[in-house]
Amino acid sequence: MILVYAETQDGKIKRSALESVYYGSRLAATQGTTCVALVLGQVADGGKLGSYGAKEVWQVNDAKLASFDSQTYAEVISKVAADKQANVIILPDSSNGKSLSGLVAVKLKAGVLSGVNKLPEWKEGKLYVERALFSGKAFASCRIDSTNAVLSIASNTLKPVAEGSEVPVTSLMVDVPEARTKVLSVNRSVGIVPLPEAEMVVSAGRGMKDPSNWGIVEDLAAVLGATTACSRPVADSGWRPHHEHVGQTGIAIRPNLYIAIGISGAIQHLAGVNSSKVIVVINKDPEAPFYKAADYGVVGDLFEVVPRLTEAIKKFKSASH
Amino acid sequence: MKLLVAISQTPETTARIAFKDGGTAFDPTGVNFIMNPYDEWYALVRALELKEEKGGSVTVIHCGPLANEVTIRKALAIGSDDAIRIDMEPDSAYNVAQQIAAHAATAGYDIIFTGKETIDYNGALVAGMVAGLLNLPFISHASKMVFNGDKAIVTRDIEGGTEEIEVAVPFVVSASKGMAEQRIPNMRGIMSAKTKPLQVVAPVAAESLAKHIEFRVPPAKTAVKMVDPANMDELVRLLHEEAKVI
Repeated sequence: MILVYAETQDGKIKRSALESVYYGSRLAATQGTTCVALVLGQVADGGKLGSYGAKEVWQVNDAKLASFDSQTYAEVISKVAADKQANVIILPDSSNGKSLSGLVAVKLKAGVLSGVNKLPEWKEGKLYVERALFSGKAFASCRIDSTNAVLSIASNTLKPVAEGSEVPVTSLMVDVPEARTKVLSVNRSVGIVPLPEAEMVVSAGRGMKDPSNWGIVEDLAAVLGATTACSRPVADSGWRPHHEHVGQTGIAIRPNLYIAIGISGAIQHLAGVNSSKVIVVINKDPEAPFYKAADYGVVGDLFEVVPRLTEAIKKFKSASH
Repeated sequence: MKLLVAISQTPETTARIAFKDGGTAFDPTGVNFIMNPYDEWYALVRALELKEEKGGSVTVIHCGPLANEVTIRKALAIGSDDAIRIDMEPDSAYNVAQQIAAHAATAGYDIIFTGKETIDYNGALVAGMVAGLLNLPFISHASKMVFNGDKAIVTRDIEGGTEEIEVAVPFVVSASKGMAEQRIPNMRGIMSAKTKPLQVVAPVAAESLAKHIEFRVPPAKTAVKMVDPANMDELVRLLHEEAKVI
């Protein structure tokens, strides 16, 4: 059985959970087994995980799971995995997923691989799977040498598809340990898709000349439904908030589309973005190193090109609807 | 406070990534190695600041061969008091975590620090495994840590924001950008590092339940397709019909 920890936020299933469950169901199909989703704490819409391939949805609803504590969550996931004899435990490669993967692996004495970006294969009874390393500058084929495996799934690995129907949520009784950490406050920007989960990202750098010019970047992002990001110098000079900084020391992202505006493409910036599926570079300098990593390039004045691109997308969207 | 910082050695951020022996090993030809930036700039420096504020000691631990002692000496030059080198070639996060846990189990550290991940394997696993092996609270992706009495208030990066967490020692924490500012070792630090204690310890028997078998670099990007800046309809067409992303 494949057990998927389906991450929630504010009592609702996260988008990354749909992806984890869909991945788990595809994996289960190749193995002739079933995929079960596990949700922790209060969840309003757990049943929809059935549509994405979960045969069953299990819930442990205990007041001690109201906020995230890595040890408590890992203990509950491990207990359920052990009781129900899960062969593979799937986690998201999110902040919380990264907190959990090492802990769950140790508790289950299972081999673990993080940031997995393909479906695994079995050869001679052993699980082989690929993951990215060196910030996407290399890939490795990896092998699990234990009977059960813990895998954390990089975002945008598979596009989740609703293929089945909703399933009822089954309550599980599990002894939940007391958390030894206490969440005092959560400060999260609402209404935008966080960068690590974004399918499209519009990012801008020093070529913007001044923070007051960011309107054209935001307009382009809005028409695409993309999340905005920035380069390190822009964040360091306070033009944009630090949580928008993508790159080696910022956030590593892997969207389907990355549009870089007025960013030269230093190697440290590329390290955070070169796992993007398609990269568009808009720059006035035809020698910008970023073009070597790009799929599409536009050389021109970004203050003219970006609004023109926004208009072209608007036209495309209104024509296709 | 008694503080332990686990440090790793990685190729520098601009190193050319290549593999040898049929893709089974990293090719170190012409590559400079550095202390993993998350371990150095954020974990180690915050530990040193805490020692300066509250007294105590900072020990660094590293799993690696003799050649890596240059990285350990740098950690001593920045201000660590002493160091432990587990004499081994690490083959998995689990193996490394078992070595650190074996050392820390009876040493009575208040806080065990690592970086949030290494910039080579990007695994982000060792800190959680150490916490699991020692049954300690674990906070990942910490970008700030202050103390309120005997409780630490840790700010942790989450998707799209941060959360503040209260925890009492002992605990394990992994550090991300923001925890501290990089420190450059001064001449006095470099001189004193030569005489600070560096203990070499044989590894404990440990398992590796997951292995990296074969490495490869991604295929070279096909040449960038240039689009006329006056014709953004063409870019939209390409993104829709060719790249299929919109």
